[in-house]
Amino acid sequence: MPTGSAPAPGTSPASAPRKPVRPPLSDADVASLRAGDLVAITGVLYTARDAAHALLIAALDAGQPLPFDVKGQIIYYVGPTPPHPGEVIGSAGPTTGGRMDAYAPRLLALGLKGMIGKGYRNATVKEALKTHKAIYFGAVGGAGAYLRKHIVKVEMIAYAELGTEAVRRLEVVDFPAIVINDCHGGDLYAAGQKQYQRA
Amino acid sequence: MRTIHVDEISGAVARLVVEANTVLGADMLRSFDRSLASESSPAGRSVLIMLQDNARISREEGAAYCQDTGFAIAFVELGSEVHIAGGTLQQAIDAGVRRGYTQGFLRASIVQDPLYGRKNTGDNTPAVVHIEQVPGDHLSITMMAKGGGCENRSQFKMLKPSDGVPGVMDFIVGCISNAGPDACPPLIAGVGIGGTFEKAALLSKQALLRELGSPNPDPKLDELEKQALERANKLGIGPQGYGGDTTALAVHIRSYPCHIASLPVAVTIECHAHRHKHVEL
Repeated sequence: MPTGSAPAPGTSPASAPRKPVRPPLSDADVASLRAGDLVAITGVLYTARDAAHALLIAALDAGQPLPFDVKGQIIYYVGPTPPHPGEVIGSAGPTTGGRMDAYAPRLLALGLKGMIGKGYRNATVKEALKTHKAIYFGAVGGAGAYLRKHIVKVEMIAYAELGTEAVRRLEVVDFPAIVINDCHGGDLYAAGQKQYQRA
Repeated sequence: MRTIHVDEISGAVARLVVEANTVLGADMLRSFDRSLASESSPAGRSVLIMLQDNARISREEGAAYCQDTGFAIAFVELGSEVHIAGGTLQQAIDAGVRRGYTQGFLRASIVQDPLYGRKNTGDNTPAVVHIEQVPGDHLSITMMAKGGGCENRSQFKMLKPSDGVPGVMDFIVGCISNAGPDACPPLIAGVGIGGTFEKAALLSKQALLRELGSPNPDPKLDELEKQALERANKLGIGPQGYGGDTTALAVHIRSYPCHIASLPVAVTIECHAHRHKHVEL
């Protein structure tokens, strides 16, 4: 089956009620989302993980422009597998967000409105989400074969030499995610664990 | 003496790494079913259902279950009556990994130098190869694709012998708690107790290879596994860390004799993309 044909309605949790999210996001869009909200993202995402983030920050340090304007945008922390013939992308689930903690506040200050990853963010990033009005979304780590079916178009934007770690522009349809950290200090990881913890 | 040529080994390894990455084991699928039956968190249930869907799509379409197609680790049992012709086992396995990852559209995730430059080797080599000599003329290979996110949460500790069972238990559960959402729960903990520093780490990897849901052959360790799993699933972390009852799918333990001064414990954290396949040559 070619990439882009999303799973049939009613067969997956993607069919559960989800708030639509359409980047670019405004402060008001961001403020309307709360930790624990299930969302379906449609529109453009930019991919970047460890090596690309190091280059993005190096470009800023050198006073050079970024390969894309981060204002209002969402960065997806992903390093996809190569596409099979006839497909636009291979498996494409999230990687651990915490490894981008050192870089994220700089991009948030420039107007980045969302990041998609999995795993804890540090206190500095969570504070930057409040200061700059932005969201940390979680996608289901390890569900790479499933998530790739919500990606309909891929364009190489920068750092092609990084291979899987290059910056790509994705077009996604109803990409399933959940709000982990919102701009009001809400934290799904903390709240969820507290709710289900047993002595 | 039986002679096995490296080409036969490479071909088998190439098939194993692709199969491991696209066909999740039946024991894993059963563990998802069991978890769904007991998981009370709606967010947790939605994650488990997505993982079932993901496994089905991966198998049906030959797409990698997870985009992190892992570090290729080989566990080899080499019969004492076997002669490898045409090269070394490392060369044979690397050739198979190179072919399987390249032709199977799997991700190259290995950098040549861990500290300087971190340039991707481009074909997911080299593999990590563990060889154990056994009697007879058979050669068996298990290829594991080990994800980086969960490996990053693996830990080792030299306990004091006086720490005993409670100390080991606390360390195992602490490792699972510390791994949290970063390591893609529901998790599996492979535990190596005893031996030396490096032996404990290897045991913790080997422990992962046991069929999920099967009892530990040692009744005392079986009881320890059950208690550790029960405690882990009271942490509340849940699938993907969204909160829930299914933080871990299993705790598997292997032990080995150790020094009178020591109680080494290693915990390999494994994610739900628990991928390994086996062949007998």
